[in-house]
Amino acid sequence: MVAEPTVSYEALQAQANAITELFKARGYELVAPAYLQPADLFLDRMGEAIRGRTYVFTDLDGEELCLRPDVTLPACRVYLERHPNAGVEARLCYNGPAFRYQPDGADEARPREFRQAGIEYIGGSDRPGSEAEVTGLVVEAVRAAGLMNFSLRIGDLGLFAAFIQALDIPERWRLRLHHFFWRPPVFRNLLRQLVISPAGEMDAAEEALIATLDIDDRKAAEARVAEHLDGAGVPIEGMRSLSEITERLLDRAADAREKPLSEDVVKLVETYLAVSGPAQASLEHIEQETKKAGLDLSAALSVAQTRLDRLSDGGIDLGATTFTAEFGRDLEYYTGHVFQIEVPGPGRAGHIAGGGRYDDLLESLGAPESIPAVGSAIHTERLLAAVRGGAS
Amino acid sequence: MSDEPLILAVPSKGRLMERASELFKAAGLPLRKTGHERGYRGEIAGRNGIEIAFLSAAEIAYQLSSGRVHLGITGEDLIREGGREGAPRTEVVRSLGFGEADVVVAVPECWLDVSHMSDLEDAAAIFFREHGRRLRVATKYMNLTRRFFSDKGITGYRIVESLGATEGTIAAGTAEMIVDITSTGTTLQANHLKVIEDGLILKSQAVLAKSITASWPPARSRELDEILSRLEAGGG
Repeated sequence: MVAEPTVSYEALQAQANAITELFKARGYELVAPAYLQPADLFLDRMGEAIRGRTYVFTDLDGEELCLRPDVTLPACRVYLERHPNAGVEARLCYNGPAFRYQPDGADEARPREFRQAGIEYIGGSDRPGSEAEVTGLVVEAVRAAGLMNFSLRIGDLGLFAAFIQALDIPERWRLRLHHFFWRPPVFRNLLRQLVISPAGEMDAAEEALIATLDIDDRKAAEARVAEHLDGAGVPIEGMRSLSEITERLLDRAADAREKPLSEDVVKLVETYLAVSGPAQASLEHIEQETKKAGLDLSAALSVAQTRLDRLSDGGIDLGATTFTAEFGRDLEYYTGHVFQIEVPGPGRAGHIAGGGRYDDLLESLGAPESIPAVGSAIHTERLLAAVRGGAS
Repeated sequence: MSDEPLILAVPSKGRLMERASELFKAAGLPLRKTGHERGYRGEIAGRNGIEIAFLSAAEIAYQLSSGRVHLGITGEDLIREGGREGAPRTEVVRSLGFGEADVVVAVPECWLDVSHMSDLEDAAAIFFREHGRRLRVATKYMNLTRRFFSDKGITGYRIVESLGATEGTIAAGTAEMIVDITSTGTTLQANHLKVIEDGLILKSQAVLAKSITASWPPARSRELDEILSRLEAGGG
């Protein structure tokens, strides 16, 4: 075992100071969220993919804890401790370590322990304004650290949600497509399955049972399912309820009677997800393609346009900004604007900073209602490497 | 005693130990304990280059991967569970034809809407909406589970580690489903659980496995070859 590399400590420290001074000067309060976090919080919100990379352990009281793999969620907890009823605007910044297991072995390019410097703007009611502020400030911070050549990529999960909402398909399919946006392989399988056979695979017993269900009478269906289980001597075990099981059987019954998804819709979804290019032209392209298909996305497109205008007002060069429709698929808690600062590099090594809007996260952490929030984190080791690489 | 003995780890109790002893005896390599009867060291008569360490099956998998024993008899499930994907530390050199059991995904029998792995993601989505958390999978096979679910594109779950009586976790309310090892399926049935149709993660059996991280000087490799050829001849 070797200690974490400390060779760049002083350089990282100097860089972190420059960045946090800038954040503070712009009205962001420096906070120090706890390193130790309840494992549940991360695992229930980010899933097993992140667990595979998180140091999880049980302490002597039997409590399951983790070393924070990311600082956004701990920073949100700081906000909620101070403002349990939310409803208060806050600008927070932080600079500190996060921890991730490296499945292919840790080294300097893939540290287990790395520093994140970031900001969270919580409760901002001017939505495009707060998005432009956070994006612009992080771009400025990266510049202040000495990185001049980089590109900005943006995406819009709100636009994707509006696109799915506008499709002429059953509501339950919309919900599933929306839910699985973050799981590209599942999403692809679902589209294919809806075209071939909407209900998918099922065993003979299930097929026989759903044929007897009245899809318009949920109560009767639930009674029928209960009776079926009772007759087979099968008890209801576990937390998943009879009502959940019935709901899904009814979905499947409805799917079995639904006509398959048309190839035209699949093509339209694929066309949408394939959009990637200069920001302004990409939005126009989406507008044309969706209009041609008879979809009205005007409200969501105007939100996206306003954001672009505000980014431009804030000094972002839109000509050098790429809009990628499917960007944001690996960041599950984002709900709207997403962005990333990139330099060329293998894998994630070139992803210097990233962020976006996450309106549902605080509510899922205990806030009484959905709270608008935008945040971003800079991967400081990668930033330093990029600054040094560019200088040499 | 050799300077560089080959340490062979053998299960210290139960069926695995009995079958392993029979197998080596049939191959002309009878295992016997040294020191007192309840000790954990042993030898093979006439083979000074081999030492026996009697350990638990789980410990054997761990010691093989860390290189403290060179050769071991244990369940394939434990070897695969401990293995790294990119850089394996242990290699199965021979399947031994006993200790067969399957590592499977099982759900409550009452989940009439779930028969395939592809059902889990939708069930998980509804569960998350109703309960505000992911489906919990109780298992001692955290790595096998994560890899298998990832291959099947399932992500709406989380693992809760279970070190025993995994099949009871659902009734106890600490998990919604399990990944466990079963040879006959009787325990699963008794707990009103069913195996998912395409939920077979691994057909396991007892194996002879070799540590890749340990050093293999010529004398030690010769002992390994000798063991393998005797097992071959003994029909093991």
